[in-house]
Amino acid sequence: MMNDMNSPLIRTEHLNKFYSLASTTLKALDDINISVAKGEFLGLVGPSGSGKTTLLNIIGSLDSPTSGSAEVLGMKIELQSHKESSRLRNDHIGFIFQTFNLLPVYTVYENVEFPLLLLGTSGVQRKQMVMQALEWVGLEDRAKSKPSQLSGGQSQRVAIARAIVKQPAIVLADEPTANLDAANSHNIMNTMSELNKQLETTFIFATHDEKVISYLRRKVTLVDGRVEKDEIMEPVRY
Amino acid sequence: MLLLKLAFRNIIGAGLRTWLNAAALSFAFVTIIFLQGVYTGMNDQVEKATISTIYGGGQYWHQHYDPYDPLSLTDAHGLVPAEVQSYIDQRSATPIMIRQGSIYPGGRFRNILLKGIDPRQSILIIPSSVLSAKDGIIPGMIGTRMAKHTGLKLNDLITVQWRTAHGTFDAREVTIVHIFKSTVQEIDNDQIWIPLSVLQQITELPGEATMVVMKTGITAFPPVDGWNFKNLDFLLMDLHSMVKFKSMGGSIFYTILMLLAMLAIFDTQVLSIWHRRKEMGTLMALGMTRTQLIGLFTMEGAFHGIFAALVGAIYGIPLLTSVERNGWALPQSTDNFGFAFGDKIFPTYSAGLILGTAALVLVVTTIVSFLPTKRIATLKPTDALRGKMT
Repeated sequence: MMNDMNSPLIRTEHLNKFYSLASTTLKALDDINISVAKGEFLGLVGPSGSGKTTLLNIIGSLDSPTSGSAEVLGMKIELQSHKESSRLRNDHIGFIFQTFNLLPVYTVYENVEFPLLLLGTSGVQRKQMVMQALEWVGLEDRAKSKPSQLSGGQSQRVAIARAIVKQPAIVLADEPTANLDAANSHNIMNTMSELNKQLETTFIFATHDEKVISYLRRKVTLVDGRVEKDEIMEPVRY
Repeated sequence: MLLLKLAFRNIIGAGLRTWLNAAALSFAFVTIIFLQGVYTGMNDQVEKATISTIYGGGQYWHQHYDPYDPLSLTDAHGLVPAEVQSYIDQRSATPIMIRQGSIYPGGRFRNILLKGIDPRQSILIIPSSVLSAKDGIIPGMIGTRMAKHTGLKLNDLITVQWRTAHGTFDAREVTIVHIFKSTVQEIDNDQIWIPLSVLQQITELPGEATMVVMKTGITAFPPVDGWNFKNLDFLLMDLHSMVKFKSMGGSIFYTILMLLAMLAIFDTQVLSIWHRRKEMGTLMALGMTRTQLIGLFTMEGAFHGIFAALVGAIYGIPLLTSVERNGWALPQSTDNFGFAFGDKIFPTYSAGLILGTAALVLVVTTIVSFLPTKRIATLKPTDALRGKMT
């Protein structure tokens, strides 16, 4: 099932996603053909409604295409059952959300630990991995705090730690800086950029934030559900 | 195990909401055990008192005896059968004769039962020894209820009228030598106990009886021609039916309590699912399957049942133990309820009752938790992440 060394990590072919709204059909994604290799730091860029989040959701196996194909790590998303999709996300994909989506009743430690619990990682190894992830994001000293006790920047760093703790092949970040101020946004992007270099994790962002764009090494511009431009970037802040 | 751990974390993390639900549920839990314990205790208490004062280990009834038909008493007598005489000789049985009579307390006519019992008997816990032969008088014994209704006092003389075996009316004066207090109305209301030999003599029915009460513990009851043996299952049937009927009232009460508690759990679960849609989306994104999610939320609900048992134990154990030891005092009017309650009811809490109630609460809580969580199965991860419910 897993892809070989030379094949891309993610590949979409003639990918379409339509939504039926009353009597009209909305084309959220229209004939998307992209490939993403291991270790890329890529942004899906475009205005609201351009299809960024929809494409991110399909790559993350949270949604399925109406037609065409989306292949992630050699697995065809459109053919996955609910259980297989869950397995794919659990094993290989980390998510970072605009609103952090931390579990409110858990501590920082427990939030970061959660994906490892689902993976069945042993207690000792789990502790080691959680502390390592918290160290990556600089929050070792906040392990016992509850999300309500954290600032926005700290919350997003916990979300990053949760996404990378299992060292997934892919991290999908949907507008990760939308709720952060400029300083925190740069801080977060620096952290992710470092992790990308250090762990060779593929990062895919859905964003229209210039601060995020300035860190990207590849920018795929979407307009009305179509790929308008696919550019290799010289990251300003890389 | 994972779901158990996560559910536990979630429910503890929910704080006050969890404890409020647990407290409400624990109230139902403790009340069910208390009420059931009261009914069990009441049943045991009444049964014990009735067996010790009326039924013994079973009774041989004369074939014409019908306790619900006073007219049957005219013919309900016969010679004590030879088959049970040996038991009587060994003090393992005692004959009782019941005849109709009338008295005139305060000049007013009153129908009564004249009951003859052997003063030496020890089968029934009735103070029959006070009826031992006394020169020149017919000793009579009544209960406190009879004394109250008739105004009779100790050492009073009361004229008692009866009919002999030949239908002739006769009358004598009976001296009240003892007034006993008993929780069992059936040995008290509208009856006068006199020595069996005296009753046999004045009714011209020597050696005869209406029933023979067997000692408890005897297991062999030979068939006797003209007499029917009634075992305790039969004799206690009415009592059990009455207790059952009364316990139904209690059942309705605690069913309502349970329903209210379950409604609280159901509402909590529905609200949980509504409020935590985004959290569910996140859990799905993190790799949780729908089955795991349903299991997690159902288990969270079930934990309310477990916590209720714990909370209930904190205040329920001392409370119920105290009532079990000290009894539950009853008002004086309950003396006329028709049950041999006594002054207090002592509830009985069996392990079966406690474990059964715990299991019932847990099962019902789990079911009402599961019902709303089924909606999760229809939830699309993308909608859940947006806070939408499909």
